[in-house]
Amino acid sequence: MIRSEILKEIAPILRDQLVVCNIGIPSQELHAIDDQASNFYMLGTMGLSSSIGLGLALAQPKPVISIDGDGSVLTNLGTLPTIGNNTANNFILLIIDNGSYGSTGDQPTYAGQKTSLTKMAEAAGCDRVVECQAEDTGRVLQDALDSGEMTVIVCKCESGNAKMPVITMDPVTIRDRFMGAVQA
Amino acid sequence: MNIDQKITDDLVAAKIGLVTTVPCKQLAGVIEEVDKHPEILHIPANKEDEGMGICAGAWMGGKRSAIIMQNTAIGVTINTLATLIQYYRMPLPMLISYRGELREPVACQVEMAVHTKALLAQMNIPTYHFHKQSDADELPMILDYTFMCNKPVAILTDANFWGGYGDQ
Repeated sequence: MIRSEILKEIAPILRDQLVVCNIGIPSQELHAIDDQASNFYMLGTMGLSSSIGLGLALAQPKPVISIDGDGSVLTNLGTLPTIGNNTANNFILLIIDNGSYGSTGDQPTYAGQKTSLTKMAEAAGCDRVVECQAEDTGRVLQDALDSGEMTVIVCKCESGNAKMPVITMDPVTIRDRFMGAVQA
Repeated sequence: MNIDQKITDDLVAAKIGLVTTVPCKQLAGVIEEVDKHPEILHIPANKEDEGMGICAGAWMGGKRSAIIMQNTAIGVTINTLATLIQYYRMPLPMLISYRGELREPVACQVEMAVHTKALLAQMNIPTYHFHKQSDADELPMILDYTFMCNKPVAILTDANFWGGYGDQ
């Protein structure tokens, strides 16, 4: 399975939650599959999906799911100790780990080689870390929501992208309707 | 009340409930006050762009936020300021230690000091420079202004403001 197939499968779970979605093709795919006001699409700023999601989870009580990638987590590795040391039990970091920089031409990342983001998250102090195969993402994500515990999910999947249009929505519109969903 | 307490009280009076910090020696006192204040959630960050991401999320979640960092961080955060904070029109007070100014003992700090105001000006970031302690009287107005206009706003605080740097 590739990322877009996973997003299609978990869209019914994501629909009712606050979602912060990673820059580039992941946001384009989620936008095309199931656009919701409760989705915050990142149009720039590689690496900060987990940080934005953590801040959002710390500020209010609704569950927050940050969809991130292995390349983006590697670019902001400092995020894992911050998440591990500032427990927000309404926060789920879903790392779609396809071992590649998908938005830039599928160049390999170190997470697809010798580096384990699962072990790095554990070593950083994250208490509930679940590594799963792509096919199990829906079940693992629902378990994480039901657990009421901060969870880092490392979802191992194949590299590849679906062809989806660029998001042309104005960033302030994305942000404004998202804040409306937060307050709803 | 010392200046660290005054700044912290001003943050709280502006309804700022979450502060991320990356330390600087000049900021040690204010970071300590922020950390112990019961109305502020203090989240130390490993890098300033990460801290700005946390601030952005907190603000969208209904909690006003601010970042405390050194001016060297302007070099780290240009992309985050442009593509997250400014692009999505988010307010972000940035309390910044202005290292490399008069009374600076570490020569390398001057290398970013000479770029600090130029970079902030290039980014069209409203910038205030606290040189004397009485300059901090304007902090409540600066915070109001930041949340009025939904922009990142820089408050540079130099060594003279903090009362010198060791024996310099």
